[in-house]
Amino acid sequence: MEYFIQQLINGVTLGSIYGLIAIGYTMVYGIIGMINFAHGDIFMISAFIALIGLLVLFGAGITWLPLVLIVVLILSMFLTAAWGWVVERIAYRPLRGSFRLAPLISAIGMSLFLQNFVQIAQGARIKPLPPVVSGGFILMDSGDFTVNLSYLQIVIVVLTLVLMTGFSLLISKTALGRQQRACEQDRTMAALVGINVDRTISLTFVIGAALASVAGLMFLLYYGVIDFFIGFLAGIKAFTAAVLGGIGSLPGAMLGGLLIGLIETFWSAYFTIEYKDVAAFSILVLVLIFRPTGLLGQPEVEKV
Amino acid sequence: MSTLLAVNHLTMRFGGLTAIDDVSFAAKNEEITAIIGPNGAGKTTVFNCLTGFYKPTVGELLLHEGALTHRLERLEDFVVAQKARVARTFQNIRLFPAMSVLENLLVAQHNKLMLASGWTIKGLLGLHSYKKEETQAIELAKYWLDKTNLTKRANDNASDLPYGDQRRLEIARAMCTDPRMLCLDEPAAGMNPKESAELNSLLQFIQNEHKIGVLLIEHDMSVVMEISDHIIVLDYGRKIAEGSPEQVRNDPAVIRAYLGEDEDEELPPEVAADLQRETSHG
Repeated sequence: MEYFIQQLINGVTLGSIYGLIAIGYTMVYGIIGMINFAHGDIFMISAFIALIGLLVLFGAGITWLPLVLIVVLILSMFLTAAWGWVVERIAYRPLRGSFRLAPLISAIGMSLFLQNFVQIAQGARIKPLPPVVSGGFILMDSGDFTVNLSYLQIVIVVLTLVLMTGFSLLISKTALGRQQRACEQDRTMAALVGINVDRTISLTFVIGAALASVAGLMFLLYYGVIDFFIGFLAGIKAFTAAVLGGIGSLPGAMLGGLLIGLIETFWSAYFTIEYKDVAAFSILVLVLIFRPTGLLGQPEVEKV
Repeated sequence: MSTLLAVNHLTMRFGGLTAIDDVSFAAKNEEITAIIGPNGAGKTTVFNCLTGFYKPTVGELLLHEGALTHRLERLEDFVVAQKARVARTFQNIRLFPAMSVLENLLVAQHNKLMLASGWTIKGLLGLHSYKKEETQAIELAKYWLDKTNLTKRANDNASDLPYGDQRRLEIARAMCTDPRMLCLDEPAAGMNPKESAELNSLLQFIQNEHKIGVLLIEHDMSVVMEISDHIIVLDYGRKIAEGSPEQVRNDPAVIRAYLGEDEDEELPPEVAADLQRETSHG
């Protein structure tokens, strides 16, 4: 029982990180119908930005943790958002109106470029970060197993909840969100009621990157090591989460992220850790066979 | 009335196909100008040029606003709606299907809302000016819901509305963008006589109360002949006639375009009689 609860906590934490990245995939898919394969690498870059930020601040002798984390979080959100904007501007916008596969190929190219850029600029070796946030609560202690809930896990889950709630409200209630949804449903018509579609698409990339940067910082703090390749697997997992939940659907991305996190954690805990990725992707295959639109995706009804 | 829109020597070619061939006409403020013509005459292409969908091959499209003149053919599509304030509806209805009826009308007012919300920042802080603007936007939406008889359906999904309601919602949405010129592409298509009569009064209300120019593509002659101030007839991408409903109705070139040359005898008598009635009574 204790073991189970511990895995549940770990799974939800991991799921939060995946969910935040998955939102970027699902939003971009929703608005321009392409998979932004460079999104995982945007996440990786954000982790590097966070690492550099932390080291600089610590180096400058600023050690009051809440301040350091908030400064790094905001800095990383802005810089990563800028990366997201630039990637869209360079790699996708010129190809708009081109055939469907063009931006997809461009995305894969951009992904490779970002990986190699970071590999050269930062070196290929893994970058460790000593534990920054330590401590936590002991929830249960049965003698041979203790259930820990670390402060960091609380921060991750709470911050994710806050961001996702805020983001859902942004999309459903504000003028900005309406604009976003209008572009998603009919880009041509959106332009005809005066919406600047290109700017809205840029904004989608910016928001997606900003959310991924939060995930980047969390990942860095949680695992304590990053390298130039973390974006690949995390990106694929988050993409899987988005598809699992129903690509194009925001609650779907959040749910999908959570599920992938849980499946992966429980599989590693009860079966073999080597096959955790296989487990996550097998579930994806099963869902796609029995529910091709994903868990919360709306099937497209073709009117005759 | 002053001239609102001047179309000068508009030509639109798609490869070897000339969809519009040197068409010039003008539309006035506070008037309903109808563009009619057989299928494939290039009517919708004119609209697509006006709203920035297509860049015309040759010609200029001038929209006058006091001393200011917008050159529509040079503007990006969203700027046409935002700055020149040209709104349009589509032959095949294009609503935002997954939004509520009310949201469809709010999204049409998003420019002023975005401005008031300081790109959402003020809106998130819940500042007063934004609240006021949002309330006004909802008021305007409700006004048009009332005018188009859709008040009861405000919270339904747009895609759940019956056909006639969707058509009226599209007009309401166009009006919510606060247009200077409203372009309607076959608004009466698929409507029954009662619905077309309602449409007539809605369009006349827009013309009289809101003092904007209306450009209308329509096949339903009971709509065209009754409410148009001025009619332009296109055939094979050329303008073949123009004038008041009375003039156009009796124009031999128009009759020929609609009935075909020397084909009257080949038609079965009842069809020919029908067509005759159409053109003479409208």
